[in-house]
Formats: sequence, structure tokens, C-alpha cells
Amino acid sequence: MAHDDNSGAELAAAASSDHGPENNVSTGTAVVANDAVENPGFPPHRQRVTDLNPKKERTAERTVYTLFYLSIIGSVWAIAAYMLFPIEPENLLSVRLNNLFIGVGVALALLGIGIGAVHWAKALMADHETIDERHPVRGTDETRARAVEIFETANEESGFGRRTLIRNSLLGALVAFPLPAVVLFRGLAPEGQDPVALLNETAWEAGTRLARDPSGVPIKASDVTLGSAFHVIPEGLSEMDHMLEEKAKAIVLLMRLKPEDLNEREDRKGWSYDGIVAYSKVCTHVGCPVALYEQQTHHLLCPCHQSQFDVTNHCAVIFGPAARPLPQLPIAVDDEGYLIAQSDFQEAVGPSFWERH
Amino acid sequence: MFTKKKRQDSAAKRGRRHPLANVALIAIGLIATGGAYAGISSATAQTESTVVSQASVEDGEKLFQANCATCHGFNLEGSDEAPSLIGVGAAAVDFQVGTGRMPMQAHNVQAPEKPVQFTDDQISSLAEYVASVAPGPAIPEEQYLDADGDAANGAELFRINCAMCHNVAGAGGALTEGKYAPSLMGVSEAHIYEAMITAPQNMPVFNDMNLSPEDKRDIITALKFMENEVSVGGHPLSSLGPVAEGLFIWIFGLGSIIAVTVWITAKSN
Repeated sequence: MAHDDNSGAELAAAASSDHGPENNVSTGTAVVANDAVENPGFPPHRQRVTDLNPKKERTAERTVYTLFYLSIIGSVWAIAAYMLFPIEPENLLSVRLNNLFIGVGVALALLGIGIGAVHWAKALMADHETIDERHPVRGTDETRARAVEIFETANEESGFGRRTLIRNSLLGALVAFPLPAVVLFRGLAPEGQDPVALLNETAWEAGTRLARDPSGVPIKASDVTLGSAFHVIPEGLSEMDHMLEEKAKAIVLLMRLKPEDLNEREDRKGWSYDGIVAYSKVCTHVGCPVALYEQQTHHLLCPCHQSQFDVTNHCAVIFGPAARPLPQLPIAVDDEGYLIAQSDFQEAVGPSFWERH
Repeated sequence: MFTKKKRQDSAAKRGRRHPLANVALIAIGLIATGGAYAGISSATAQTESTVVSQASVEDGEKLFQANCATCHGFNLEGSDEAPSLIGVGAAAVDFQVGTGRMPMQAHNVQAPEKPVQFTDDQISSLAEYVASVAPGPAIPEEQYLDADGDAANGAELFRINCAMCHNVAGAGGALTEGKYAPSLMGVSEAHIYEAMITAPQNMPVFNDMNLSPEDKRDIITALKFMENEVSVGGHPLSSLGPVAEGLFIWIFGLGSIIAVTVWITAKSN
């Protein structure tokens, strides 16, 4: 290993002589390495081509000022491009050209300065290695004493320790000031309503017709042919207050399977109509819309985390992180042939929350 | 002596070969292989039979018995291998054969799009024959395929009914167990319409009571708009969303940052 003449030993000596006394602290339980790695010092100084060859030096100089000139050209071009390629309404290509050419100009302007400056420093500025010793973290005794003194004076002059009533009332005020934020954040929840109840119920009621999303036109059972998938909202959703909040909970996917493909539980036999089933579209994992229905395998896939539900088996989870089946909406047909809900969902839709049962 | 000679050799080698020579060599090799492959596959795509025949039920029946009946049965009754084609209609034939999905090359989770195996006349003969056995969805009328409807309404319907599988930009996406929803870019208007009414493979049906013919026309308009309009944000990276974009920025964005830091801290030559 190559050694520089003025390496390690000298520097180490200089360092120890600088702050020798402070270093005489007990090492406590720290392991003192007697065979610590020796400071290898600097590798031999290697001269750059720009130091040895004046021609290369001139080339480097030319490169640097060319880069700075390029930067000027980039800046001017960015201004020119702003005028030459204006954004015309209704013309998407003009937006793209405007962005592209202004961006090229600004990038050239900034990169020209940056690359030029770094190249200048690397190739032309003085090249000699130095060591900047790290300052000891511990201040001198004087500084430390002075700091303590400042605190004491401040305490004495303000009376922070003496005037306890002022001190305690200040502490009380500091404790109290974040409280309004807590109350205000609570106010973000629906006022005067129980959030648990709101999460437990949706806009579906007994007799609400199933309607198409987004038109709101009600769906007849005869419209739903075998293999169909309808995206469903409750009829009259658009007239409701907080329409989007209601929609987020009430969205339903309606599918028609062959009745013999459905393995229905005894207590849910009446929830479907001739192979037509309706399930909440809100994933029970974290609430993404589950609507990737495969009409041959009857699998429903959630695109966010790949939970899969088996529509033939009351949307039981067959893969992925979802913990519960999708809630089923009990449906029936009214006298005009339209599909209606028998009731709201029998359980809360969507992801878990503390009070969900 | 020997070692000295060896050292000289390696020095000479180092002198002859640029450090980036290996990278360049690999790049040239990859480009050559890829280019040759693309050339060959497009060449095979163009080899189509040029038999021109009168569109007729009899021709269609012959074609069906020669090419389809092995799996779908001589009377379209289907088999363990393939579904019955009774009542699928001309639209299903035009879609499946017209996009090259049928005849199927291998029994797999999904029939992929591939070079079309029949001429347009042969496809219409097949379609007429299948439609003559039992009625089903017909090939859509031209008035719904002009891609000149309401693109905004079509885009909303597309986002609600189609985007969850086919991607919001129509770029396609993955389904379960190796199945996938194909990209809709470059698919003809008639094939888009036919897919909605005939529900190929695992796609659900979107019959005329769900999406009216006008709605379907709007959806086709929106898709053609996405296909033809320039992307304002620059290169769409296949519109595959966060995976493609994240991969790009991890490799090229972080890569260039690392390259710049290495350059800044490296000693000048």
C-alpha cells in the first residue's frame, strides 16, 4: 500500500496536541482498540491531463464556456418557445409542443450552468488534496460555563422559577391551545349523527328500484340477460343530499348466472331472482370498487390488491387479503317487472371499522 | 519474462478495446435480434390465403366443417373442448374469427389475438352459416360504427362499465389466473361493438337494454378519440399506470441521478 510522506502520523499528532487534555476522559465500558486501523493517508498525487498538457487545458476551458453559452441559448430559446409555440385552446398538440420546447430550453439553461460549473471545478480549478479535521463536539469549559450562566440569568431576570403562578398558567395555556383543533376535527364527522350508524346503513330501502349507473334508469329483470353485468345505483340517487357519499356506499354490481350455477344458502334462497344476484361493489378489504367480473369462471377480482370473490358462493373470498365476503343485496321484482331491493344490506358494506359487527 | 509478456498483452488489449465496447456489443446484438424477429413476425403476418369466394351459407358450412367442427361439433353443438355455437350469431363469428382468436391455436386460459386466418369473404360466409343455424346477434349496422358520437358520454360510460378491466385509457389489464382484458387500442369499431353484444370469453354481456346502440356508438367514439388524439403529458408509457411509470422513474430517473453523483465525485482524468 502506497504511503504519502506527510500522512497519518503527523496529522494524528497534530490532532492530539490540539485538544489533548479534553481527550483524557474515562472510556467507560467502550472497547479500546489497541490495534486500530492505521490512517493510510493520501494516495500519491496524480496530476490531471489538464495540468500536464496545455492543449487539454484549453479544450477544457473551451468546453466550460461553451456550456455556459449553451445555457444562455437555452434561456433565450425558452423565451422564444413561449412566444413561438403558444397554447391554443382546443388544440392538444399545441399544449404538448409548448411544454416540450419550453422544457428543453429551461433544461438546457440549468444543465449548462450545472455541468459547466462542475467540469470547471474538476478540470481547471486548483487540484490539491487537503484534510478538514472535524471539530470536537464538546464545547470548551468556558463556553459551557457561559451557557449555564445565560440560563441562570434568564431564569433570575424573568422569574420563571420564582413566579410559579405565571409559569404554571403558561403551561396550562400551552396544554389548552391544541384542544380546539381536536374539537374542530371531530366536527368533520356528520353533525348530530352517529358515524357508526351512517357506516352501517346505505341508501337502499325496501322497494327501492335498482337503476343504471350513471343514467338512473331503473332496470327490468328481463333486461338482464345471461352473462350480463350491470353497474347499479339506487333509483333517485341524484336527488339525494350528499349524493356522492351515498353513492360511495350504495354501488352494486348486478349479474345474471344460470340459476343452477348458484350454490345458495338456505336462508338466502330468496335474495336472488332467477339467477340474478346483486352484491356490494365496495371491497371488504380497503374499499376499492370490485367490478372485474369474469362471466365464465364467475370470479370477481378487486384490482387494488387482487382479492377474488366467488359469485356462485355468495361472493366468498377465494384469494387475496379481503377478510369477508361482499355483502349481498336482497332483491326481488315488483309488479311492473322492475328489480327492487327487499331491504338494505344486512351487514355494513366496505372495509372494517371498530364498531362493525 | 512470461509474466511481463502477459502484462504487455493485456495492456495492448486494454488499449485496443474501449471500456464501453462490451456494452455496445450487447446493445448491437439485442437490436439485431429484435429487428430480425420483428421483420420475420410481420412477414408471417402478411402471408394470408387469397382465396376469394362468394359469401354464401354453403361455403360457410364447408369452411366450418373443415376448420371449426372438430371442437365445436358438426351441428354447432359444442363438445368438452369448446362451447356450443347455437345462437351466438354472426357478430360472435365476425369478432372471434375476424380478430384471429379463432381458430384457437392451443387450449389455454384465453384465446389470444393473432393474425387472421381467413379472408373477409370467408369470415362472412362462416358468419352467415352460423347465423343460419340459429338466430343470434347480427353484425352491427354501419350507423353505429362511425365513431362520431358524443365522446364525453362515451368516456363516462366506458369508465363505469369497461375501465375496471380494460384500463381507463383502454390499455388492457390483468384478470385472474393468467387471463387478461386485452388492449382496445387499434381494435376496429365493429369488433368493439361485437365484443359488447356477444361477450367473448370472460367478458360480461352489455346488451342493448344495458347500453343502447347509441351508447355503444359513444363508447366507440371515446375509444377512437383516445387512440387518435395526442397525449399532452408526453409519452404515455403504454398507459399502464403506476407500474410502468414507477419502473421508468426508478431505472432512468434514479439511474441518471446516480450517474451524475458518480461523475461529480470522480476524479478528473
